[in-house]
Amino acid sequence: MNPEPVHEVLARSATVSLSATVIASLIGIALGTLLALAKLPGRRLLTAVVNTGMAVPTVVVGLVVALLLWRSGPLGDLGLIYTVRGMIIAQVAIATPLITGITMAALQLLPPELPEQLRSLGANRLQLVARLWIEARLPLLAAAMAGFGHAISEVGSATLVGGNIHGQTQVMTTAIVENVSRGEFGVAVVYGAILLVLAFVVNGLLVSIQQRGASWARS
Amino acid sequence: MRRVVCLLAAVVVTGCSGGTAAVSSGPSGSFVLATTTSTQDSGLLDDLLPAFDEVSDCAVKTVAVGSGQAMKMGEKGDADVLLVHSPAAEQKFMAAGHGASREPVMHNDFVVVGPPADPAGLAGSAPGTAAAALKRIADRQAPFASRADDSGTHAKELALWKAAGVKPSGRWYVETGQGMGATLTIANQKQAYTLADRGTFLATKGLRTKVLFEDSADLRNDYHVIVVDHEGVNTGCATEFAGWVRQAPAQQLIAKYGEDRFGEPLFFADAGR
Repeated sequence: MNPEPVHEVLARSATVSLSATVIASLIGIALGTLLALAKLPGRRLLTAVVNTGMAVPTVVVGLVVALLLWRSGPLGDLGLIYTVRGMIIAQVAIATPLITGITMAALQLLPPELPEQLRSLGANRLQLVARLWIEARLPLLAAAMAGFGHAISEVGSATLVGGNIHGQTQVMTTAIVENVSRGEFGVAVVYGAILLVLAFVVNGLLVSIQQRGASWARS
Repeated sequence: MRRVVCLLAAVVVTGCSGGTAAVSSGPSGSFVLATTTSTQDSGLLDDLLPAFDEVSDCAVKTVAVGSGQAMKMGEKGDADVLLVHSPAAEQKFMAAGHGASREPVMHNDFVVVGPPADPAGLAGSAPGTAAAALKRIADRQAPFASRADDSGTHAKELALWKAAGVKPSGRWYVETGQGMGATLTIANQKQAYTLADRGTFLATKGLRTKVLFEDSADLRNDYHVIVVDHEGVNTGCATEFAGWVRQAPAQQLIAKYGEDRFGEPLFFADAGR
């Protein structure tokens, strides 16, 4: 029934979610660092916004992004609705709060005297931040991985913004929903199993990097 | 020589995909086809669209939604061409000036499916109208699953209830808010009756529900193709698709679709009408 080979759908899922994770990590780590270290006026409010963002259902994010990207919407002229790029935008919006929140928590958990010590050693602001990131590299990696996991597993925004177009924007999760609605439970189960394996591999990778990082820190 | 250069250029531009498409000079670009879930869930589009792709420079993006939502998308210019089956709503759509053209493409029929035990006794009933069959279901308060999603099938169901003089409500009337395939699956699990287009019913796997009422005049299901009239739509591609789907090759694909897999065609070609 399905005209597209599984590996292409899987590759598209991975491409969309990986690009979104990279972009969301750049934004999220920067924003999380700012919220953890800088004395901003609206910091509490921003923190609350980030925490809310971590809990918003992905279908709501998808709805908002779709409303913006629809041809009749304010950004309609960009032609991003039902495209892979549109889906990446939605997933960035989904993953960024998560990465921001975990980054913020990770940096706040570092020993509070660390920044003071670094400053007294003559570190400038850039060196200070770089050093803190190195100290917190394992939780930062975990933040990016969590963002990736959240992005690749969601179906609400992928349906609304991507449209499940065969050969163009169909991803693993929307393919599962479509096959279930056709009564093709066998195909849906296979797709689900592949996603499960992918999640296992990604998390295995994270654990192995963490182990290596931890042993490196002890030596 | 000139031809060789032309071909070479075509190969470079298109990456060797379909020589005829590369040299044709029709409209181009991408366009959105908003269609009912039944055309996708039945698998028809999987056969039809690759054939269109071969002869056209237009890249089609299919979005499968209910007929109601498809027409909403047309109204706002978010879709370029519609393939829908909700005649009353379509006529309103055209009357309001949202469509440039509306032409018949194909038809099939709706069927009332239900559990083999048939608690409302539809299978034994004398030939009559579907409205009368639905009235029996309501009288017995037998479970009935409604799509309740503003789709063409849902519009048909509501028209039948109206003709039957029944305002469906209560515990026996289950509103799923989902597409045809999903609603058939829910009806199967809940041992409920439901109204389905024959194509999706035959194409949905793993159902134990049966066709219990069919072949009455009020169960006909007409599909039309509508070219959207709105600023910013890709009218060239939309018109090309609307024309193509009514030409012989596409109509033959439609007429043959499903024969090999289901033993009977799922749709009947209508362009000659």
